Amino acid sequence: MQRIGVFVCHCGTNIAGTVDVVAVADALRLEPGVVVSEEYQYMCSEAGQNKIKDAIKANGLTGIVVCSCSPRMHEATFRKTAAAAGINPYMVEIANIREQVSWIHKDKAEGTEKAIILGRAAIAKVHLNAPLHAGESPVTKRALVIGGGIAGIQTALDIAEAGFPVDIVEKNPTIGGKMTQIDKTFPTLDCAACILTPKMVDCAQNENIRIFAYSEVEAVSGFVGNFTAKIRKKARYVDEVKCTGCGLCTEKCPQKKIPNEFNLGMDNRRAVYIPFAQAVPKIATIDAEHCTMLKTGKCGVCSKVCTAGAIDYKQTDTIIEEQYGAIVVATGYNPINLDKFDEFAYSQSPDVVTSLEFERLTNAAGPTAGTLLRPSDGKHPHTLVFVQCVGSRCDAGAEKGKQYCSKICCMYTAKHAMLVREKYPDTEVYVFYIDVRTPGKNFDEFYRRAVEEYGVHYIKGMVGKVVPEADGTLTVQASDLIANEQLKISADMVVLAAAIEPDKSARPLATMLTASMDTNDFFTEAHPKLRPVESPTAGIFLSGACQGPKDIPETVSQASAAAAKVIGLLAKNSLKGNPCVASSNEAMCNGCSSCERVCPYGAISYEDKEFRMPDRTTQIRRVASVNPAVCQGCGACTVACPSGAMDLRGFTNRQIMAEVDAICR
Amino acid sequence: MSMNENKEFRPLIVAFCCNWCSYAGADLAGTNRASYPADVKIIRVPCSCRVNPTFILRAFQRGADGVIMCGCHPGDCHYTSGNYYARRRMTMMFSMLDYLGIEKGRTRVEWVSAAEGAKFAATMNEFVETVTALGPNKRLEDLRCKEN
Repeated sequence: MQRIGVFVCHCGTNIAGTVDVVAVADALRLEPGVVVSEEYQYMCSEAGQNKIKDAIKANGLTGIVVCSCSPRMHEATFRKTAAAAGINPYMVEIANIREQVSWIHKDKAEGTEKAIILGRAAIAKVHLNAPLHAGESPVTKRALVIGGGIAGIQTALDIAEAGFPVDIVEKNPTIGGKMTQIDKTFPTLDCAACILTPKMVDCAQNENIRIFAYSEVEAVSGFVGNFTAKIRKKARYVDEVKCTGCGLCTEKCPQKKIPNEFNLGMDNRRAVYIPFAQAVPKIATIDAEHCTMLKTGKCGVCSKVCTAGAIDYKQTDTIIEEQYGAIVVATGYNPINLDKFDEFAYSQSPDVVTSLEFERLTNAAGPTAGTLLRPSDGKHPHTLVFVQCVGSRCDAGAEKGKQYCSKICCMYTAKHAMLVREKYPDTEVYVFYIDVRTPGKNFDEFYRRAVEEYGVHYIKGMVGKVVPEADGTLTVQASDLIANEQLKISADMVVLAAAIEPDKSARPLATMLTASMDTNDFFTEAHPKLRPVESPTAGIFLSGACQGPKDIPETVSQASAAAAKVIGLLAKNSLKGNPCVASSNEAMCNGCSSCERVCPYGAISYEDKEFRMPDRTTQIRRVASVNPAVCQGCGACTVACPSGAMDLRGFTNRQIMAEVDAICR
Repeated sequence: MSMNENKEFRPLIVAFCCNWCSYAGADLAGTNRASYPADVKIIRVPCSCRVNPTFILRAFQRGADGVIMCGCHPGDCHYTSGNYYARRRMTMMFSMLDYLGIEKGRTRVEWVSAAEGAKFAATMNEFVETVTALGPNKRLEDLRCKEN
């Protein structure tokens, strides 16, 4: 019989406000096996934990039940407490009387009754708990960073600086991500390329970093400390070692009319191309879809002009398999597709552009070499209208757009407006907004400068419609909510601050990594406040906008934070596993393979074992055996097992049954 | 099942919630103060595929009026495929229970993600309402299981 201690937490008034904690402690004291039952204001505090430790020592407790917040919050805390007082950490059970009782039930009598029942269930379970010991597994001291934007770059650099090897996998031919397309950065207005490209070069030169550009992660298996990833290195049809990046092929290629992704289709590139001058790695890539040679076998111009002999039309995709201890997701974001927002005439007029396109139009390396010109006729625009929240902060019921705030648009729109007014003081600039959100260091000052010093017209209200007129102008119909009047502005260009969404590759990647995502496809963090750079799946870390909309300073901080977590993990030689794994009772197992078929991890194997029978003969039987280092403890096998030989430690059949019985008593 | 002084029927509902999605969804319902009746008692399991049909049978035998199992959305299982096994097992189990006289309204499988606190509360409210309308489970309750 266990000697059980029950500890009921008030959580200030969070629990005590709607649950009679004293009555709960009193009721649970009467349960069989309960030796002590106490309540205290904050069980998770040092004083609270000491109370538990003292009670364990004074009463020789063997099992602990804490009635408190969710086990997702403090189970680990109380397990440590128990271990510190000398009992096995897995002898602790939590009754969740905050999230699942006090916060949802307003009637105190009802809440108290339910809290007592949940406490009884936890006591019934702890009676059947057994000490569990976690196995140890070695840590592969190498990290994988998926995505080579500023987030991935910063994470990789920090990990590499600490002395661990890192691989960056980037699906585009160059690393750098969205930041390469940005002209200047708020709130300091320093040029993005000037601060990003040195970091890209650092990555290329750091001996701890390998860059797999133009590559994608195809499969991931394993667990924290021991992941195996398959990386598909797509064929560039250019020998990476031989190519010097001289660019001669990209000048001679006869295929000239391919929309240039780097300038968002606003100019053209060749079929063999280097995305931009500062690309890392600076290697040409042949676009197989448009290359005449690869399509018809007749051309070969690039091969003829290449003095290095780097062109290789026979190149194929290669698969690289590598072991990693930790994986960082840095897949970033994209502006949303504006097909559903045709009231802004995005598809009808080339003079209606997204903010990222505007970024290219003002960039010295962009299609207009930095001179702001209207895409339709190449003339200098005199009136510009910026529309904020295009697809951000949409109503829940709306069929288009996102409910969340994209966070960066207010600031970059202020930046665009300011830059236009600075370069071209003869222009009029209007910004339509719902709210201007500027929480960040020097952000509000920046926005105020746009209004006060640069004379940008900020108008609270939404644009209803943009109508392209026959004379080439755009009529912007909008409402001014403060003056309460309808406006019609004749504009030369309209810039749409499109909402941002996670990259499309994120969802399949999350499935591959068994990492969770929210309904918007942003990766979920292990705890929104206390573990913001870790995924709930051990060994998977989050960096940058794949976790939520972020500007560059925030992305870089999160990237470094993720790197710190990875370094902490890779610094360990071995990791304690999860002891709540399946195990087979060999005496009952008949080797039927039912469990093996449902195991998603391949953790179950079979071995022939010799058993001594009651009549003193021996018998050799095939029985299941679980590899505890590979088992993740889902329990699929326990239900599939027809003989009941397979059970899950920490969640045994008897334990769950005891909980059912206690609840239905 | 319990009867209060007004002899108003309050059902006893056992909810099996997977640790990664639905249990977290239930926690989020709490964090958002989205209320649902106290009749629902949650048992945490690592994955919906850990729920043995015998647990459900046991609950009904012991006097539960309804049993709901919640897991991650199809495709989102923390263990890749657990919820698919659970879905198939429960389809079989529930049709067998229906044959035994446990109406389909008393059993349910629902997918609730960690982000769907509101959905968790709404699901529970609706389920409690359905079970309340069906009344006490007398069909399978084994009175020999009960004390006194």
